[in-house]
Amino acid sequence: MTLLKLENVVKKFSGLVAVNNVSLELHEGEILGLIGPNGAGKTTLFHTICGFHKPTTGTILLNGEAVHGLKPELMCKKGVARTFQIVQPFGNLTLLENVIVGAFNTVGSYKEASKLAMQQLEYMGMEKKAQDRMKDLTFAEQKKVEVARALATKPKVLFLDEVMSGLNPTEVNEFIELIKDIRNSGITIFFIEHLMSAVMALSDRVVVMHLGEKIAEGSPTVVTKDPKVVEAYLGEELDEVKEVKEYA
Amino acid sequence: MSVELFFQSLIDGTLMGGIYGLVAIGLTLIFGVMKIINFAQGALMMLGMYVSYWCFAILGISPYLSLPLSAIILFAIGMTMQRGILQRMAGAPDHNQLLVTLGITLFIENLALVIFKPDFRSVTVDSLPASLSFFNLNIHTTKLIAFLFAIVLAIGLFYFLKKTFIGKAIRATSINSQGASLVGVNITKINYIAFGLGAALAGVAGSLITPFFYTSPTVGASFILKGFVVVVLGGLGNFIGALVGGLLIGISEAFGGVLLPGSLKDLMTYLIFIIILLLKPSGLFGGKTR
Amino acid sequence: MKKSHIFYGIGLILIALFPFVTDNQYFMHIAILILYYALVSQAWNILSGYAGQFSFGHAIFFGTGAYSSAILLSKYNISPWIGMFIGAIIAIGIALLIGFLSFRYKLRGAYFSLGTLAFAEILRILVQNMDYFNKTLGILLPIGDNPWLFQFESRAGYFYIILILTIIVTVVAYLISKSRLGFNLIAIRENEEAAQSLGVKTFKNKMIAIAISGALTSVGGTFYAQYLLYIDPPTTFGNDVSISIILPAILGGMGTILGPFMGAIIIVPLGELTSHFFGGFAGIHLMVYGLILVLVILFLPEGLVGWFQEKMRSSRLKKEGNQNDITET
Repeated sequence: MTLLKLENVVKKFSGLVAVNNVSLELHEGEILGLIGPNGAGKTTLFHTICGFHKPTTGTILLNGEAVHGLKPELMCKKGVARTFQIVQPFGNLTLLENVIVGAFNTVGSYKEASKLAMQQLEYMGMEKKAQDRMKDLTFAEQKKVEVARALATKPKVLFLDEVMSGLNPTEVNEFIELIKDIRNSGITIFFIEHLMSAVMALSDRVVVMHLGEKIAEGSPTVVTKDPKVVEAYLGEELDEVKEVKEYA
Repeated sequence: MSVELFFQSLIDGTLMGGIYGLVAIGLTLIFGVMKIINFAQGALMMLGMYVSYWCFAILGISPYLSLPLSAIILFAIGMTMQRGILQRMAGAPDHNQLLVTLGITLFIENLALVIFKPDFRSVTVDSLPASLSFFNLNIHTTKLIAFLFAIVLAIGLFYFLKKTFIGKAIRATSINSQGASLVGVNITKINYIAFGLGAALAGVAGSLITPFFYTSPTVGASFILKGFVVVVLGGLGNFIGALVGGLLIGISEAFGGVLLPGSLKDLMTYLIFIIILLLKPSGLFGGKTR
Repeated sequence: MKKSHIFYGIGLILIALFPFVTDNQYFMHIAILILYYALVSQAWNILSGYAGQFSFGHAIFFGTGAYSSAILLSKYNISPWIGMFIGAIIAIGIALLIGFLSFRYKLRGAYFSLGTLAFAEILRILVQNMDYFNKTLGILLPIGDNPWLFQFESRAGYFYIILILTIIVTVVAYLISKSRLGFNLIAIRENEEAAQSLGVKTFKNKMIAIAISGALTSVGGTFYAQYLLYIDPPTTFGNDVSISIILPAILGGMGTILGPFMGAIIIVPLGELTSHFFGGFAGIHLMVYGLILVLVILFLPEGLVGWFQEKMRSSRLKKEGNQNDITET
């Protein structure tokens, strides 16, 4: 079943076309990967879907309901949660308080909210540091809390923007298992990732963007063999090209 | 409103506007370089007024002669402020910087109140005719001189920033301090100089208005608020904008004074301020330092 | 938690017994001032400390409260108790207007501060120019001892009133801090985008914050008018008023429940002492306030309570660290 449907979404910034005529579908319960070279417009697309940008033209349907142009807070209320490419912590608050803010999205009382928040921290394995301040954590830890915070809003779909960048291989593997687990709990996942091993391990399907446009879509193994995709990555840093080719 | 009154208001407003512009240029210079909104600018101006007042009262020196002294003293005070206090505030949240300069203002103003007493003091310049008149219009000589000084200073500063090495370094710092430091600009030093210059401008503005404005410890308060208005109007960090903004506020105030009863003329200034804030917080002339 | 409740209870009882300990009217006056500053600063704290919307013009609401009840009493003989509520409602109206303009047009950081400052000046000028408000002459309120008219024979009466009001405001702030609203506000202060992504309706929450903050500040204004029985535009709408509202929370710790009270308990006696010893110098207490402001921002940017909490936190972390070491070895 289609959960989220984009039709001809365009996002322009004073003449510059960041997202050009992108249409795609996100099915309920799947893990959809979004890849593409730097500057492809991936994060802008996320921002546009989540309400941080208004699409210049095009429609976005969530469960058949038009949601484009809604503010981020309303998107969250409708079950769309996200993390940020650059972590956006509430630095002076404790981890628990950070997650409580998310929990209050669906829960009314402080007692319930802190209980839910604690559960989410436990889920992410961060419960021991619940009383630490967010700004005192490492980057990787902050990313985990950000996922916990997003999950605490009880979303239908979770948008992850490069959660695995900057993590070491052990942490990456942990995160891959975690994301699978989140999906198994019934949450649809749409994620941007540069780390190809993670994309291959996780994605049911992959969408590839280049220069604002969608250039390919399909199963990860098929997409990475697509000559257009390989070509798009050729202008990119060599490691990634190598990675794409390796999987191709 | 008669034609005469119209032109009289226009002239009065323009002359006063030049002074507002000068106060605002100091504010905007400091903001441009350090991203600090200096609440103390009005208090510094008041100090400049006292320098000229005491030179006049004790030594009988005209404020136009004590003006350089006022500039030097205020430059030193400004630099000390930057060095002793504001330098430690780099990277602090907006409101903390505003609060520190507010604290400095409270301190300076009330120190002046304690030392100088709340008396209103005035300076007279006897050597000049009180006003020039033509076509039935009166121009206050001292206001005209202050205005001309303000314009000359503004142009001088403009060239200083465009042509000299330090000036270029100041502009580079205000555009991108990290980049400036990468190409070898000593940011700490530039900050001292910029703050010193901003304070000196306030001091000069203070000296210039002593012949037609009472000197008192709290005189800075009304100027600083207008300074903010002017700066926001012109776009924070924009010099030309500050001068034009000053003229706009001066003129609107002059007309307000004629058209509106009592102190309602001040309302104009704040209303303009709020409208500009709401509609275009980057100012009418954009936010870049030019 | 339980322990701290007992602690606060005992503290409250001690404060409430104060009038029985001394009948020195000057000490009573100081105690009243402390509570009154704690009240208005706490009210400011809700908008600025918690929600991070830094108002430099809270005199707007203070003056509104003072003038509303004073006008109602002097012109229409309406009890200030009712005037206090009407003042609060008017303050909410003004707060929502200012909030709507500021937050709809996204005035942030220093721009919001300067905007509120300008709004306060506008109100002061308007009041100063309107016959209805008696222009610059201000309003002199009738003296009496009718509690229904918010008048008391002794200072003890005022003391208990301000004590109860301050407790109410503090409890309101506490309840907010433990509620969804409170968390939403803090989230907005810390990171507005992240807050939005978690479903926090930023505009609505800021509007609620400014309305509550304005209403509670206006209550302080009404008390001030009734306590001094004379108000005029500069002492109610002036910048100094806004600064004195801000100062206790800054010193004590913004965004903390105890901060405004701790700040007031230091600021007020300090101001009184300097004025007492240097009585000949007008303005010397403001000089001291200025100095405190600079020193606090430089050396205690989180205020006394914030600093103390940080100490507690780091000592707890150290302890935990030691325990971990022990278990590891």
